[in-house]
Amino acid sequence: MIYLDLLLGFLQVGFFSFGGGYAAIPLIRDIVLAYGWLDDELLTNMIAVSESTPGPIMVNMATYVGSVKGGILGAMIATAAVVLPAFVIILLIMILLKKLLQNKFVRAALSGLKPCIIGIILATGILMIIRTCGIWPAGETDVTTICLTFVMAIIYFGSRKILKKGIRPIMLICLSAIAGLIIY
Amino acid sequence: MTVVSYMEGAVLIDLFLTFARIGMFTFGGGYAMLSLIEDTCVEDKKWITHDEMMDVTVIAESTPGPIAINCATYVGYKKGKLPGAVIATLGMVLPSFIIIYIISRFLDRFLEITWVTNAFKGIKAAVGILIVDAAFRMLKKMKKKPLQVSMVSCSFIALILINIFALNISSVVLMLVAAFTGIIVFAVRDCTGKERTKE
Repeated sequence: MIYLDLLLGFLQVGFFSFGGGYAAIPLIRDIVLAYGWLDDELLTNMIAVSESTPGPIMVNMATYVGSVKGGILGAMIATAAVVLPAFVIILLIMILLKKLLQNKFVRAALSGLKPCIIGIILATGILMIIRTCGIWPAGETDVTTICLTFVMAIIYFGSRKILKKGIRPIMLICLSAIAGLIIY
Repeated sequence: MTVVSYMEGAVLIDLFLTFARIGMFTFGGGYAMLSLIEDTCVEDKKWITHDEMMDVTVIAESTPGPIAINCATYVGYKKGKLPGAVIATLGMVLPSFIIIYIISRFLDRFLEITWVTNAFKGIKAAVGILIVDAAFRMLKKMKKKPLQVSMVSCSFIALILINIFALNISSVVLMLVAAFTGIIVFAVRDCTGKERTKE
């Protein structure tokens, strides 16, 4: 039953994604691959689409996967599922548990959670670069992509030294799309 | 009575339109959105104070889910109780829902065109960089105490190993272990700390 799977899958994403959209990417990857909804290639396309369109990344991803797998109803279910935990938790905190976040055990759990998430995000990003460049697991090293990634990284991180805020993520995506058109 | 409900209706419509606008014009996820929400809800509309905005940020970062949704629910509830929370959250979600739904219907056919595929090949290189960059930025803000540093390293290595050996372990498991470790470390410190004060 695809609708039930979408509901349960994205409730899980909504409930465990501390720290916003990038923290949700590894989670969504796990779930999407486990159910066999998308392969790695479509998944990377989806992340690119979610990043280059407005709105919360996590909501975009839920809508996308839901729509591809279950049409309009699937999109609605997945989106509602990813939003619901955050919605309910904030309401509960405001109505009942104003002191909850000051609780020392909650603080202690969060102090373990936050760095763990950073490690997970970092590993996900690096694994994604390695996969895109075909170094592993495909073993067909794609020199063009490696060069492109390298140049884009230099442009992206280097621009911060020159400009005050550097180029925006959306600019990087546009630049790399144009570069892709030219070199492939 | 009618005047009151008319006023309430106006607040709800305002909430919806405001959050729809925020949802429509923020690219790049939660952190970019926080500054727009502060600008709109604190400076412009004066729905919440600056201190409350700080509270929202902390709550949003330490609770699961999209940060933008946490903020919309918070401000919505503050201004219009439960209906306000529902309306503000809906407003936040609706623009991107419509845009993504339309894109998702066409993306497959879209990707069959060669030049679109090539553009996406280029974009893929950028996506990895952006994710690594998000992690770097969080690392920069993190307190660099032994617990935090070892936790980052452990979860990083664990996830790499899980992928290399194609193990069937979800990152949720890693997070639960991390939360549990956080509590244990705290409890141990608490006990030893108490013993020291006794001495």
